[in-house]
Amino acid sequence: MKNVRLTAWLALSLVVLFAGRSPKYEIGDAVVDFKLKNVDGKYISLSDYKTSKGVIVIFDCNTCPYSKAYNDRIQTLSKTYAPKGFPLVAINANDPEVSPGDSFNEMVAVAKKKKYDFPYLVDETQQVAKAFGASNTPHVFVLQKEGSDFKVAYIGAIDNNTRDEKAADKKYVEEAVDALLAGRPVPTSKTKAIGCGIKWKNV
Amino acid sequence: MNKIIFLLFLFFLFRNVRAQDAVVIKFDKLQELMQTKTNEIQVINFWATWCAPCVKELPLFEQLRTDNKKGDVKITLINLDFADKVNKVNAFLVKKKIQSSVLLLDEIDYNTWIDKVDQSWGGAIPATLIINPQNGKRKFVERELREGELEQLIEDVR
Repeated sequence: MKNVRLTAWLALSLVVLFAGRSPKYEIGDAVVDFKLKNVDGKYISLSDYKTSKGVIVIFDCNTCPYSKAYNDRIQTLSKTYAPKGFPLVAINANDPEVSPGDSFNEMVAVAKKKKYDFPYLVDETQQVAKAFGASNTPHVFVLQKEGSDFKVAYIGAIDNNTRDEKAADKKYVEEAVDALLAGRPVPTSKTKAIGCGIKWKNV
Repeated sequence: MNKIIFLLFLFFLFRNVRAQDAVVIKFDKLQELMQTKTNEIQVINFWATWCAPCVKELPLFEQLRTDNKKGDVKITLINLDFADKVNKVNAFLVKKKIQSSVLLLDEIDYNTWIDKVDQSWGGAIPATLIINPQNGKRKFVERELREGELEQLIEDVR
């Protein structure tokens, strides 16, 4: 009897364990819509991008040296691909309690100083970052529009040289979006990169 | 004579508390370390000077180094600062009195090696790999460690 109980308890705890694990998007998955506050105070949803061919979602922040190293490249991506139908959306999920430089006010200041021409959204509950499976900054998810769905077409790094843009010889995000625009398969759909871990809330 | 002994004593004392310089390596050296066949449990921590949670947990590794009287645990701190910042890293090691062995991994094309450390690694640091070369058991943790957790992980691979 004790064993049965123990087994039942174990099974239950396993269910709880797996249910508690956040879902994580893989290539081809349709993304659940989200609604987050932009630095201008207005709310933005994926479903607002009705006429675009896709969206380049980048989990980013103010404070990470890798984010800083990639900042110009992120702005260039926006300038290059927004007119072609792939607007860029940056999301900051860092907990300002852990990383004060990532507070909403600091985000507003950075977006103003750098003259962001793309939304810079705050993921206060960190639910969007968790749903995407974003782990570090900057972490890119290229989404392609299929009907009313946004499907994940690329996950990973911007390119293969954080330190030096000119030395990067694999520009993963550019190659992915160019391929999608040309109706070709994405050459490299998943990469990894060293980066600052997202500053999760201490629960 | 006594003076010489005293000076020698001072020299060794000084030498022992002086942080070692970081050695710049390529991935093959890290691979060697992960595949080494010794009796020592390998504790490999990935960190950078710019990573606040990494810096916060460094004392745990230093503590482990002094606590491990049996000498059966080998700690290596793999630094991921850019290689042109090696002087900054060395100054940091002196300031924080880091005594563990520090290797600066100069491999900027991360996708060529991240999966070889651990398939599950998303790329965030701090990250810690613990390998027992004797029984092949390994543990990989991609987050900041809490106090006491390192000792538990080492027990887990024994």
